[in-house]
Amino acid sequence: MNELAKELAGRYGARGWHDIRKDLASVEVDAIRIRDVMAYLRDEAGYGHLSFMTAIDNIERGAFTLSYALRDHDARRGLIVHADVDRAEPTVDSIHLLWGQAWTYQREMREWFGIDFPGSPRVDEEFVLEGWEGPPMMRRDFDSLAYSDATYAERPGRVTHDPASHMREKLYPEAAQ
Amino acid sequence: MRREKQRVIPPAERATPDLDSGKYLVMWQGPQHPGITGNMSLRLVAEGDTVVDCETHVGYLHRGFEKLMERRLYMQNFPLVCRIAVPEPDFNEYCYAAALEELAGIVIPEKAVWLRTLSLEMMRLASFLMWIGGQAGAFGHGTIAQWSVTMRDYVLDLFEELTGGRIYHMYIIPGGVRGDVPAGFYKRVLETMAVVEKNLDDIELVMFHNAVFKMRAEGLGYIPRDWVDHYGITGPNARAAGVARDLRKDSGYLAYPRLDFQPIVGTESDAYERARLRLGEMYQAIDLIRQIVDMAPKDGPFRERLPNPLYWRIPAGETYVSAECTRGEYGFYVVSDGSDKPRRVAVRGPSYTHAVSVMERLVRGVNIADVAGLMVSLHTYPPEIER
Repeated sequence: MNELAKELAGRYGARGWHDIRKDLASVEVDAIRIRDVMAYLRDEAGYGHLSFMTAIDNIERGAFTLSYALRDHDARRGLIVHADVDRAEPTVDSIHLLWGQAWTYQREMREWFGIDFPGSPRVDEEFVLEGWEGPPMMRRDFDSLAYSDATYAERPGRVTHDPASHMREKLYPEAAQ
Repeated sequence: MRREKQRVIPPAERATPDLDSGKYLVMWQGPQHPGITGNMSLRLVAEGDTVVDCETHVGYLHRGFEKLMERRLYMQNFPLVCRIAVPEPDFNEYCYAAALEELAGIVIPEKAVWLRTLSLEMMRLASFLMWIGGQAGAFGHGTIAQWSVTMRDYVLDLFEELTGGRIYHMYIIPGGVRGDVPAGFYKRVLETMAVVEKNLDDIELVMFHNAVFKMRAEGLGYIPRDWVDHYGITGPNARAAGVARDLRKDSGYLAYPRLDFQPIVGTESDAYERARLRLGEMYQAIDLIRQIVDMAPKDGPFRERLPNPLYWRIPAGETYVSAECTRGEYGFYVVSDGSDKPRRVAVRGPSYTHAVSVMERLVRGVNIADVAGLMVSLHTYPPEIER
């Protein structure tokens, strides 16, 4: 285990350090410590660049996994920090004071996954789904096809194929049999 | 003499205009407006003809790419990913393909490495040619756009010959590239580069020495160097602020470590400097294309054999692959759960921060007539924000 992994484990109880490739690693931390961890990585570990933030819906275990992708430009390496948050009450500390663009990602995650970031600027404003009244659309239990079928009328004369079965039948007929 | 730099208003100073006072005018620039790059809106609050507040509104092109990808086979996502950035689709193809290859443990042939690099640099040149037409047009130089779009079409001719498609190529696929170069292709590439280079000389003379363009672009949209990390600014917007970061050099992907080039860096960090820097990167792309034509292997396989795409399961794991596109860091974060469809795909486009957090701050204090020029100087594509 490298020095940073030891430091994160000792200070913040980080675990599961994994070298994805030689210039990219991932680590898990508790969501309640995410702001402290990110402040440490930015100010003391050289990870000054926040590439992006996103979430993964791990519905099977009732959790959203947040992914924060950081980059240390001087050392030319990246780090993905994971934090699990309860899917039933998804609330995470905001990091908008650490990075000036973080509020936009948090606003997106609020709209797309229903994850709240109290104090994050304009977090409850619509982002890309103006007028949307359905559930957060990136949740795994939101079936976009069923929603579309229920919401929009069929267009007469239009034939829709399931992409996978159509591809099998037309392009790979031997494999389809 | 260079115009004094526009004063930057830090986020904490954002004033909330009293709209009931009768002093302010609220107006929407976009989503259908010649001064907007793509379908995006700026809600501007103006006092007189000076903008005092701005909000970026996106969503007009939202098609749920990331959601759609979760219900399609890995290979079926290729026609989707290239549509995330219309003028520059190849970077999506590369990042997605490279992420899948990394997760699946696939090593691509040497020839594919070079052909991918060629494709990305040709795309860079085509994208910049489109951008420079928009930048000049935003300041009233319609002629430049006619020249540069013609030059872009010559580059698209090459893409059509190489891939069969002008806009969406789907050329970079897992395992390598979709086809070999046609006979005589490299010769035509070099001939086209000579034509484009000559035209760039004309553009440089007509646009960058024009008094109106200089007066309006100098000092406009000044990005302080300390904003670069704070707002996640990348690409020419960061390099014009004096930050010498370029993923082609820093990450060393594809054939870039074997090519002779250095990141172009500026100092003034305003709209004029960013335009100049991008012009330099267009010449640089032509130089890189010539190097690639010279050094690329002429024989050998261009694609590694893949499993049947209908039954292709990617081992569980995650990765983030990024590349230096014309606007900065472009990346794909791919998570696999071991099935035949991605568990999660997240796209990182540089416009996400440039068009929202940075744009909203830079536009305050700007004359309404300069908003379009400022926006184009940040080189933003809304689709990569909305995905």
